[in-house]
Amino acid sequence: MLLKVSLRNATRRVSTNFVLHLFKIMAKLELKNLNKTYAPKVIPVKDVSLTVDDGEFLTLLGPSGCGKSTTLRMIAGLDAPTRGHIYLGEEEITYKRPGDRNMAMVFQSYALYPHMTVGENLASGLKLKKVSRADIERRVAEVSKLLGLEELMNRKPGQLSGGQRQRVAVGRALVRQAQVFLLDEPLSNLDALLRERVRADLKRIFAAQKAPVVYVTHDQTEAMTLSSKVALLNDGYLQQLDSPDRIYNHPANKFVAGFVGSPQMNLLTLPCKGRSAMLGDFQIPLPDLPTVPPEIILGIRPENVSIAQPGDTSFVRGRVNVVENLGMNYLVSTRIESHNAPTQIVRALLPTDRRWNEEEEIALSLPLQHLHWFDVQSGDALIGRQMAGVRS
Amino acid sequence: MAIAQSRSQSKSGVNWRAIWLPIAVALVVIFFLAPVLWQVLTSVKVNEDISAVPTVYFPTRYTLAHYASLFTRRPFGLYILNSAFVSITSTLLCLTLGAPAAYVLARLRLVGKEVILAIVLIVTLFPTVLLFLGLLEIVQATNLANNFLALIVPYTAINLPLTILVMRSFFQQLPKDLEDSARVDGYNTVQMLWQILLPMTLPALVTTGILTFIAAWNEFIFALTFISQENMKTIPVATAQLSGASVFEIPYGPIAAATILGTLPLILLVLFFQRKIVQGLTAGAVKG
Repeated sequence: MLLKVSLRNATRRVSTNFVLHLFKIMAKLELKNLNKTYAPKVIPVKDVSLTVDDGEFLTLLGPSGCGKSTTLRMIAGLDAPTRGHIYLGEEEITYKRPGDRNMAMVFQSYALYPHMTVGENLASGLKLKKVSRADIERRVAEVSKLLGLEELMNRKPGQLSGGQRQRVAVGRALVRQAQVFLLDEPLSNLDALLRERVRADLKRIFAAQKAPVVYVTHDQTEAMTLSSKVALLNDGYLQQLDSPDRIYNHPANKFVAGFVGSPQMNLLTLPCKGRSAMLGDFQIPLPDLPTVPPEIILGIRPENVSIAQPGDTSFVRGRVNVVENLGMNYLVSTRIESHNAPTQIVRALLPTDRRWNEEEEIALSLPLQHLHWFDVQSGDALIGRQMAGVRS
Repeated sequence: MAIAQSRSQSKSGVNWRAIWLPIAVALVVIFFLAPVLWQVLTSVKVNEDISAVPTVYFPTRYTLAHYASLFTRRPFGLYILNSAFVSITSTLLCLTLGAPAAYVLARLRLVGKEVILAIVLIVTLFPTVLLFLGLLEIVQATNLANNFLALIVPYTAINLPLTILVMRSFFQQLPKDLEDSARVDGYNTVQMLWQILLPMTLPALVTTGILTFIAAWNEFIFALTFISQENMKTIPVATAQLSGASVFEIPYGPIAAATILGTLPLILLVLFFQRKIVQGLTAGAVKG
């Protein structure tokens, strides 16, 4: 009887808390024209604007030095932007102290307090926020159960393995029930196998959190698998802000096309002749562009290149240059030579049911619907007016 | 190959390592501890044994009279208190001034940081004796003679560079992410210093603190010159000024007892904090 009552009380408490929780975290994170200038020549973030809605998982992706970590630090309030504004919901928080922003952050190095036990590490943020002792205990218990940390509560970080430390760091962020979660390359210190497992765990955990998540990584697999939205940064500028799907299938420019996808997309600078681009001696029909430039960049992902079948209209012939065995596929580099054009290399991901020898002749099909076209000067994607209608 | 070698060694029956290692250790220990042991023995010998010819190395009669005389004939408790007060105050001053300075020099972007560090280093190059005359002038000019400040201020100043340098290298190897993490968690600067940084820097603080304390506790020449009032003397001075009943009598027993008494607090201190010191000394070397 007594047990029943206390159970009922417990569920009621949880549900009211849940409602409060929902109410509190309704927030949209918005960055407007953010710029960080350290010195006239050191400008890690030049102009970044983006929004992250509730329940969205945004990944800041880019090569090292692209400004993604600096952007995250400005969101957290650890660095003040030189120009631009940051909004959380309706409120401008650009110059608010990090502690007053109610954001939780997971650091690449985990940054666990070495002199505190796991339990104290989890509770430290709540204690500062003057949360009642009972609430702290309940939340810490919830999170430690979620992450399987119960056995480790009395250990110090020094006695934990890398994976365990990582979980404690995630737990410390979750306990806070913050309005925004910030993660700075949280998987980069784990070995490859563990990383794959933790990646799936993170996806599950943060899908359950309704707050916006901003995740920084240079690993495109993490970006593609985890996020609902990817912001690709390069050289301090936002290159594309889109769903992982659109980033992959419709790259906005040459940089995005080259950065996302492994093996890398073939990017070939080709001369144009009439309404075609010339790949060696072969004509590739151009999309329906307003004006045909003298040169154009053709992009096609290696996995979209296949062996030409009889009847294929758009194909090229070349000689096998190098064959790399990737296990499930061969990555075949094909040399396309011509008397009146420089030699081009096209890489194709081909099935392993046929072996290829070097210098062997090969005919490759380049399906029109998988071709990407980019401007030579700006690198921007060129999209034909009737692109969708073209079928080979 | 290796097995064959070890067999041939055991066949010859002599493990040289097992023989020379303890001997070497014993020699080193004797070399360092013999003077101390001699003082300990002298302090508990009766007067006849001290002056006996041939020398009595290991006495058969023991006495604590020398220790007692330190307290009955002279206010040795007061000397210890004086020493403790001066040393503890200057140690605390050193740490409270030096640690924040070190933190700033390690973490903040500061114009002229290198210059400040160079100056701090240069200060350590001056021999104390060179500073001594200048300090004497200052003490006279500021009328600080027979004031503990005349000791506390120079001790602090002399030990400050060491504190700053040691603490700075310690702060440098603390990960910056920890401070960022604390700030995101909502710690303000004071809370961060007290609850996050201080517990982690404790080994380094203890190490530098003890070094500072020892230097202040053992200091002789400033204490001798700047303090002439009997009830303000520190242990090293008081020990040196122990005198017998006549000019020709040297009170070896009480001097030995005073030496032991003056060293005891340091030994206890070091033993008590030994683990922390080792941590502090190796903290910079090994990535933890």
